[in-house]
Amino acid sequence: MATVVQVQNLRKVYGSVVAVDGISFEVQEGEIFGMVGPNGAGKTTTIECIEGLRIPDSGSISVLGLDPQRDGYELRERIGVQLQESALPHRLKVGEAIDLFASFYRRSLPRKERDELLEFLGLADRRKVPFAKLSGGQKQRLFIALALINDPDIVFLDELTTGLDPQGRRAMWDMIRGIRERGKTVFLTTHFMEEAERLCDRVLIIDHGKIVALDSPENLIRNLGAETRVVFTVDGAIPAEKLQAVEGVRRVEQIGERVIVYGEGDALVGNVVNALTASGIRFRDLRTEQPTLEDVFLALTGREMRD
Amino acid sequence: MRGWGKLIITEFKLYLREPTAAFFTLAFPLMMLFLFGSIYGNKPTPLFGGYGTVDVSVPAYTAMIIGSVSLLGIPVVIATFREKGILRRFRATPLRPQAILVSRIVVDFGMSLLGMALLVIAGKAVYNLRFEGNIFYVALAFALSALSFFSAGFLIASLAPTTRVAQTVGMVLFYPMLFLSGAAIPLEILPENIRRISNLLPLTYVVKLLKGMWFGESWGKHLVETAILAGILIVSTAISSRVFRWE
Ligand SMILES: Nc1ncnc2c1ncn2[C@@H]1O[C@H](COP(=O)(O)OP(=O)(O)OP(=O)(O)O)[C@@H](O)[C@H]1O
Ligand SMILES: [Mg+2]
Repeated sequence: MATVVQVQNLRKVYGSVVAVDGISFEVQEGEIFGMVGPNGAGKTTTIECIEGLRIPDSGSISVLGLDPQRDGYELRERIGVQLQESALPHRLKVGEAIDLFASFYRRSLPRKERDELLEFLGLADRRKVPFAKLSGGQKQRLFIALALINDPDIVFLDELTTGLDPQGRRAMWDMIRGIRERGKTVFLTTHFMEEAERLCDRVLIIDHGKIVALDSPENLIRNLGAETRVVFTVDGAIPAEKLQAVEGVRRVEQIGERVIVYGEGDALVGNVVNALTASGIRFRDLRTEQPTLEDVFLALTGREMRD
Repeated sequence: MRGWGKLIITEFKLYLREPTAAFFTLAFPLMMLFLFGSIYGNKPTPLFGGYGTVDVSVPAYTAMIIGSVSLLGIPVVIATFREKGILRRFRATPLRPQAILVSRIVVDFGMSLLGMALLVIAGKAVYNLRFEGNIFYVALAFALSALSFFSAGFLIASLAPTTRVAQTVGMVLFYPMLFLSGAAIPLEILPENIRRISNLLPLTYVVKLLKGMWFGESWGKHLVETAILAGILIVSTAISSRVFRWE
């Protein structure tokens, strides 16, 4: 796989605020790469430096072998961009916006594929609707359409699901996976840990302009050694020693009727259930709680991610 | 130059969809022409140097169009595009920034010209409009006036921190000029002390230059107007090209 984005010692300062503090990383062709971090962590600053829209104070960036500052126009022929905050003229219609932006590029999708794109994004029946009359989610999807109109090699999406309801967010995730299946590299930012975990092949966790961690979500969670929790309700007491002896279990807590078994390994739930059944214990409301990237962030920074 | 043509066509469509802009550029001047035409007709009077009310109104209302496009239209459109992040979205494409500027100028120039054309057609058809100038000089005077005022509109957009400020500044400059420059009310019927104020207003020089060319006066008699309008053009362009912000 080829490296499509290379960032070295990127640094950007606003007055006394160090927005991005000397970060380095690479993005490989064909992956969904996510930058996660709390508000003000430096995600937008980083992504817009890579797109050539902001000028770094120091460090070097190479995107598809191009320098975003020197070769900005050439670069923007080949990337698709969805900005965290932008708009279109309020009376511009969806279909007109698509055709207008298509005209800016050396190569853009032919008409038939533009129609398919609008269909794919659920905008086919909105063609005649002016920008101002679109719902938040429809605007968001229109901006994704504009980011794909030039059939780009890399798509940059800054906070693409902000303002969407959970259902809209899931639909958007499916859409992003679809974009990757068309052979694109996707570079996205989000401050939803769940989004990063579900969607990204690799996640860069950034905080205060510095890289906290960079790996696949699975590795990040596994390396943290965070525990899986099996939670259930019983009438009466449980044989704690018996559960303690089950493979993978670290400790057992009982508070009234509620029992929490802490442990690790994929077989944990099965083993616990088997042990309970073997001992003839009747249990209710059993569920497991897996460690998430939220736990990873908490463990690495000592703070909760706030939305 | 890819995308420029499409951008210009789109901007024309958007202009016509904006009711207030289209009204002030196309409909309002025509309504004024018919209103005063029906009151005073177009008989030659000594007050207007032997021309009729409609004759002097057509170049004056053309100045009014240039003023409203430049001061009510351009600052608000550009500041809105910037404030809402529309300019940022364009900048994330390979479109050259000059395209946005040029398309604005082409559209505003075209719409102003259309507004003037409607006045001329209505004047000719209904009031037997007199024209004694040289088309080429009238066109040149129109172009100088329009570009000069457009550049002032861009300057306001460049300096104003928000759309509201751009809109307010535009209105504060436009409305006094509308009434005191001879654009809406002929200078000839204004009292002497008000006319002294008129001489401080840039739009007055547009009215004088356009009227002069309309009635075939020599350009040599209008060097003051030319110098003032060219000065505005140069200074505004120089400043806005330095201070213009995309976001
Ligand atoms: N144009 C600017 N002028 C001044 N300060 C800025 C500017 N852009 C960003 N900053 C500051 O730089 C820091 C990083 O901002 P950035 O927008 O990159 O964060 P982010 O991770 O994208 O946050 P969010 O999740 O809220 O979008 C913040 O402290 C912000 O206030
Ligand atoms: Mg951001």
